[in-house]
Amino acid sequence: MGAERLAAELCGRRIDNPVIPASGTFGFGYEFAEIYDINILGSISIKGTTREPRYGNPTPRIAEAPEGMINSVGLQNPGVEAVIREELPRLGKVFQKPVIANVSGFSVEEYADVASRLDGEDQVGWIEVNISCPNVHGGGMSFGTEPAAAEAVTRAVRRVCRKPIILKLSPNAGNITEIAKACEGAGADGVSLINTITAMRIDLKTRKPVLRNVIGGLSGPAVFPVALRMVYQTARAVSIPVVGIGGIRSPEDVLEMMMAGASAVQVGAANLVDPLACKKIIEGLPAAMDRYGIRTLSELRGQAREDGGRE
Amino acid sequence: MKQEWLAIRENTAIAPGVYRVTLEGETLEELHPGSFVNLRMDGLFLRRPLSVFDSEPGRLKLIYKVVGKGTERLSALAPGSKLDVLTGLGNGYDLAKAGSHTLLLGGGVGVPPLYFAARKLLAAGKRVTAVLGFNSAAEVFGEAEFHALGCAVTVTTVDGTFGTKGFVTDALPEKYDYFLCCGPMPMLRAVARATRTDGQFSFEERMGCGFGACMGCSIQTRGGAKRVCREGPVFEKAEILWDGEEK
Repeated sequence: MGAERLAAELCGRRIDNPVIPASGTFGFGYEFAEIYDINILGSISIKGTTREPRYGNPTPRIAEAPEGMINSVGLQNPGVEAVIREELPRLGKVFQKPVIANVSGFSVEEYADVASRLDGEDQVGWIEVNISCPNVHGGGMSFGTEPAAAEAVTRAVRRVCRKPIILKLSPNAGNITEIAKACEGAGADGVSLINTITAMRIDLKTRKPVLRNVIGGLSGPAVFPVALRMVYQTARAVSIPVVGIGGIRSPEDVLEMMMAGASAVQVGAANLVDPLACKKIIEGLPAAMDRYGIRTLSELRGQAREDGGRE
Repeated sequence: MKQEWLAIRENTAIAPGVYRVTLEGETLEELHPGSFVNLRMDGLFLRRPLSVFDSEPGRLKLIYKVVGKGTERLSALAPGSKLDVLTGLGNGYDLAKAGSHTLLLGGGVGVPPLYFAARKLLAAGKRVTAVLGFNSAAEVFGEAEFHALGCAVTVTTVDGTFGTKGFVTDALPEKYDYFLCCGPMPMLRAVARATRTDGQFSFEERMGCGFGACMGCSIQTRGGAKRVCREGPVFEKAEILWDGEEK
C-alpha cells in the first residue's frame, strides 16, 4: 500500500509520486542533490533549453513580491548540445529516473529541432514544450497566446518526437482553455500550467523598475489560486492529462491541485526559498491524505473527473 | 550548502544603520572567507544573502547595513530568536593565490568579508594591508578589529571627516603583490583600473535562491555566463568583463 498511495501517471508512464520540480527552479538537479537524495522525486523538469546557448536578460532579474517573486531571467541555458553532452550525464549520476526535458525556441522550426534532439536521449521520458516564457521577445509566450501558433508548435514537435509531449501554457493568454484545446487537437499528450504571470515592481528610492527588463513573471504562493482556477477549467476542457503548476508549497496544495483535475504537479518558486521543499511535500503527503480521508492519490484524481465532467 | 537553524546570540548597531549579528548552532562548521549565507525572514518570500564577517565552528558573525525590508526585519530580531539559514554558499576568496603581501580593499558593507580573509591570511604567515573606505566618519567601522589582528590599516572617507580624504584608490600603498576587494560596483571598477597586480573581486547581485538553481544572478565573464551565487561571488580580475567590455 505504502508506495501505491502516492503513485501517479503522467501521459502513460507511471511515476512514484506526482511531485516534480518545475523547470527553471531546479537547474539540472545537482545543487539539490547536495542536500538530499533527489531520487525521491516523481521526476524533474530540467532547465528550459534552446538551440543556442543563451545568457538571458540583464540583471537585476529577480524581485521580491508579496508571497512570491518576479523573475526576468530570460531562458539562460547552455544550449541543447551542452545539455546533452554535459548536463544530462551529470544529472544522471544523481538522478536515475526519466526526466522531463523542457524545450523553448524562437521559431516553430527551432522548437522541433531542440525537441527531436532531446527526444533521442534515453534519460528523457517526456518533452515539455514551453510556449509561455514571458521574458523573451519573438519567442516563448508569443507561441502560447494564439491558438494557431500553439497548434503549429505542437504539430511540429509531435511530428519529430516519439515520447509524450506536454505543452506548457501561459496564464497570459486570453483564454487558456482555448490554447489547451488547440494543443490537444494538434497531438499534445498533455498540458502543464501555469507559467508565470507578467508583473513588475518599482523601487521607491530610485523610482525605477526593480527589474532591468521592467516586466517579468510572477510566481510563488501568490499565484496559487489563479493557477488552481486555470487547472480546474482546463481539466474540464480537454481529455489529456493536466500538470498543475503555480505556487505549490505544501502537501495540501498538491491535494487541492489534484482535486482540481491535475494528474501531477510541478513545484517551482518554493524550491528557491527552501531547497528541501519537494522532499518535505512528498514526505508530508501521507499524513495530509490521512487528515482528509484520502486513500490513494489516483482515487482523488478519478473523483475530480467524475464530479466535474466535461464542458 | 547546508540548511541550519541558528540562534541569534547578539544583534547590535556598530555604526548608524550598520549591525553585527552573531549566530550560533551546534552543527555549524567553519565557513570560507568570501562565502555567504542566505537568511529566511518571516513575512518575506525570498531569502536575503549576507557575506560572512567571521566564522568558527558553532558560531558565525555577519555585519549588515539596513537597506531594505529584509535587513530592517533582521535588525529588529532579539537575541534568542532562531533563523533558517543556508550556509556555505558561493565560492569565496581563493587565498592560495594571495601573494606574500596582500592588499585588502573594502568599501562600506564590503568591509566585513575582508576581515575573515585577513585573519586567515595572517594565520598563514602572510603580510596584510587593509584600506577601508567609507562616506564619512560616522559610518566608519572595523578599523579597530583589523588593527587587533595585526594588519596595517588605512581608513578613507569621501568627505575627509576621518582618515585620508578620498576613495580607497587614493590610499593604495606603494608595495603589494596581490589584492582582494569587496564593495559597491563603482568602487570595484575604480580598483580594477588603479591596481597593477592580479586580484579577486567579490560581486553583489539580486538573487532568487543563492545556490545556483534559478540563474537569477548570472553575469557575463570572459569565460561565459557565471552565477554570482555559485561560481562567484568572488571572481578573478582577469575573468571580469566590466560594463561595455566585449569578450
